[in-house]
Amino acid sequence: MVKNAAGRLVPTELSGIGSVRPFAGVTGVTTSPTFNAIAAVKRDVIPINTNKVAPDLRAAIERSGLRDGMTISFHHHLRNGDRVISQVLAELDNMGFKDLTLVSSALLECHDFVVDYINSGLIRQICASIRGAVGDYYQTKNEYLPPVVIRTHGGRARAVEEGSISIDVAFVAASACDKCGNMTGISGPSAFGSLGYGIHDARFARHVIAVTDNLVEFPLTPRISIPQYLVHQVVVLDSIGDPRELATGSIRVTKSPTQLALAYHAYELIVASGAIRPGFSYQAGGGGISMAVTQYVRAYMQQKGVAGSFALGGITADMVPLLEEGLFKALYDVQSFDPAMGASMLRNSTHYEIDASWYANPFNAGCMTHQLDVAVLGALDVDVDFNVNLLTGHNGRLRSGMGGHPDAAAGAALTVVVLPSFRKGLPSIKKNVQTICTPGACVDAIVTERGVCISPRREDLLKLALKGGVRVIDIEKLRMETETLTGCMDPIGFDESRIAAIVEYRDGSILDVIYGLKC
Amino acid sequence: MALKLKRSLLFVPGNNPAMLQSCASLGADCVILDLEDAVAPRHKDEARRLVTYALRCLSFGDVGKVVRINDVSTPWWEADLIEVVPANPDVIRLPKVESTDDICTVDRKISELERANGLPEGGIGLHILLESARAVENVANLVRSCSRVKGIGLGEQDLMADMGIRRTLSGEELAYVKSRVVLAAKAARIDCFDSVYTDIDNMEGLLASTKLAAAMGFAGKSAIHPSQIRVINEGFYPPEEILFHAMDVIAAAKVARAEGRGVFSVNGKMVDGPVIRQAIHVLAQAGIPCDPEEVLP
Repeated sequence: MVKNAAGRLVPTELSGIGSVRPFAGVTGVTTSPTFNAIAAVKRDVIPINTNKVAPDLRAAIERSGLRDGMTISFHHHLRNGDRVISQVLAELDNMGFKDLTLVSSALLECHDFVVDYINSGLIRQICASIRGAVGDYYQTKNEYLPPVVIRTHGGRARAVEEGSISIDVAFVAASACDKCGNMTGISGPSAFGSLGYGIHDARFARHVIAVTDNLVEFPLTPRISIPQYLVHQVVVLDSIGDPRELATGSIRVTKSPTQLALAYHAYELIVASGAIRPGFSYQAGGGGISMAVTQYVRAYMQQKGVAGSFALGGITADMVPLLEEGLFKALYDVQSFDPAMGASMLRNSTHYEIDASWYANPFNAGCMTHQLDVAVLGALDVDVDFNVNLLTGHNGRLRSGMGGHPDAAAGAALTVVVLPSFRKGLPSIKKNVQTICTPGACVDAIVTERGVCISPRREDLLKLALKGGVRVIDIEKLRMETETLTGCMDPIGFDESRIAAIVEYRDGSILDVIYGLKC
Repeated sequence: MALKLKRSLLFVPGNNPAMLQSCASLGADCVILDLEDAVAPRHKDEARRLVTYALRCLSFGDVGKVVRINDVSTPWWEADLIEVVPANPDVIRLPKVESTDDICTVDRKISELERANGLPEGGIGLHILLESARAVENVANLVRSCSRVKGIGLGEQDLMADMGIRRTLSGEELAYVKSRVVLAAKAARIDCFDSVYTDIDNMEGLLASTKLAAAMGFAGKSAIHPSQIRVINEGFYPPEEILFHAMDVIAAAKVARAEGRGVFSVNGKMVDGPVIRQAIHVLAQAGIPCDPEEVLP
């Protein structure tokens, strides 16, 4: 174990994974001359006039050439409504496959069944953010499988492109697909919006299987997200999932007076910073507080007649009016947080569907997060060094994903992290966060309902905030104030002999590790 | 002199710990931690404990801490003071004041508790609420009954019940009463606070009501929901052109004072003592401190 640039002890060698490099700072590896940004893509070729529509899932898997020990990929645009992974894994298990690597853009609570397939020997390794029963398994039961590799959305795209992840078979859910494999998520009864992560997987996988519940007449119209030349087979299932479950969880504007006050502080800071000027760009997370900030920003833009350039990220329904009112020229949508986003993409020619690499890959020729002026992002908790934890809860358990948080934070000129100072009686401002996901060097301000903490790196921002009447508070003072209410938390009982997961920074270095829990 | 805004006063039920711990973060200039109407009789004890704990342990920053106790005709007011005063709130708000005796009784008790707890005597202010025709009729005496009285307000619901009148949208029915109370407060050099606006979904109505209150001379207005705070603060904020003119007046007044001139002009308008005092008031509404001694002739 060595201490990395974030001050965390991380391994340089991991069983089942091989050698890994420690985090060297937020720009640590970007100048490395040895970095190989694009791996050669080995894509299956199929004979002319092949009927791509497989009779069933089993037949498609048989034709894909999948073998034990290979890598399969999925995307999570249907979020908790997803029914594709369950059907595919069940079939793979029935067919007797073993030791597969499961790569997904995320695994959510609806994927708890994956534990069954770890136990059956079907899954040997997971590369995805995990939570729920899968997280519990890795932290409390796993004794022999390699740690889970948790990546940011941009980092996952980078890993796929550079070959750190080599996808043998990509299963891509499509709400509409034709017989040649042209597919999309933005139309059809199960429309879920952008196919951003799936697009990228399809581009780099050896073999791509479109999984749909809506086989349409060739050619697919009015929009194709993934073209037929990347798709080897089409499988029709009764259902790919329930898009109504896209917008569950935190994806609604908060009504809590405290959180609204918090959002207003963030908005005041953004205004005071001078960031809202003609042509500015913006990303807000899908959390209720971030969405409330967007409401205030929208009103300000309307009042002052300011038109920005683009909004980015996981796009929520509340962003579409900003596009349609002319407040932003374009929306760049890598993941839609509302089923209605498909209709917006069809209606609005500048509501763009973008892939994960375009969104946030740090090592391509220019991703969108690097163009951001303002990013408003949530957090589980933060520490006095402005480090952000997005993965582990107060009890140390894996409970959420990193998404594009570290990517947006790294790229944005102004990164504002919003969170309440405490939740359910437990403090959100820590001396040290349990898990670092976004390094403090990328965070300019932490906003709570009790005031705004500004990074010591940003003296310029501090001056503007004070001038703008923003309620600024020292982060150490805020931590102590919060602990007056909540008390200090007891240390979590980790089993440090066992690494359950590693947290990759977007450049592929190891930012932190997540240990198993003492049972 | 530190200038403290008192535009918005948020009512917080004293027996609601979740609201108590967050109330100072919601943007109100003051919070009124309520032991009276918002708390049912069987919850009075727990409310007292929670409010006292909040005053002792929570950081309110520069948010004013007002505690509304129960009125002197109830069995609770004394216990309220005994528990709350040692925690040193900024102000005690006394409801249903009928006579100077009510005020003096409470004033004596607070003084006794201040002495017993090593607090500066007279440091805790007193707001009195008039909720009957009799009290309004006696307002001039009430506001001068003791030096601890720093503010006055109307309990409109009780007052209207006492007077047998109904609320209207325009609020004209209380125009005379409000004017009379404001006048008495101004004469006694204390603050006067407008009552709550009960329709929490009508922000336009709230804004109009607040602007009227500001125009009548009220220093602030109570809020019954956090969503009203920002609107109330906005209602008391002076219009931009008036604020800018006031700033010009103050800047010119400093120069004139240094040059020994009592009358001068700003933007083509004559300025003298009353105009400067008005400008100081406008700046105060915007939260901008201004020392009268530096600008008045």
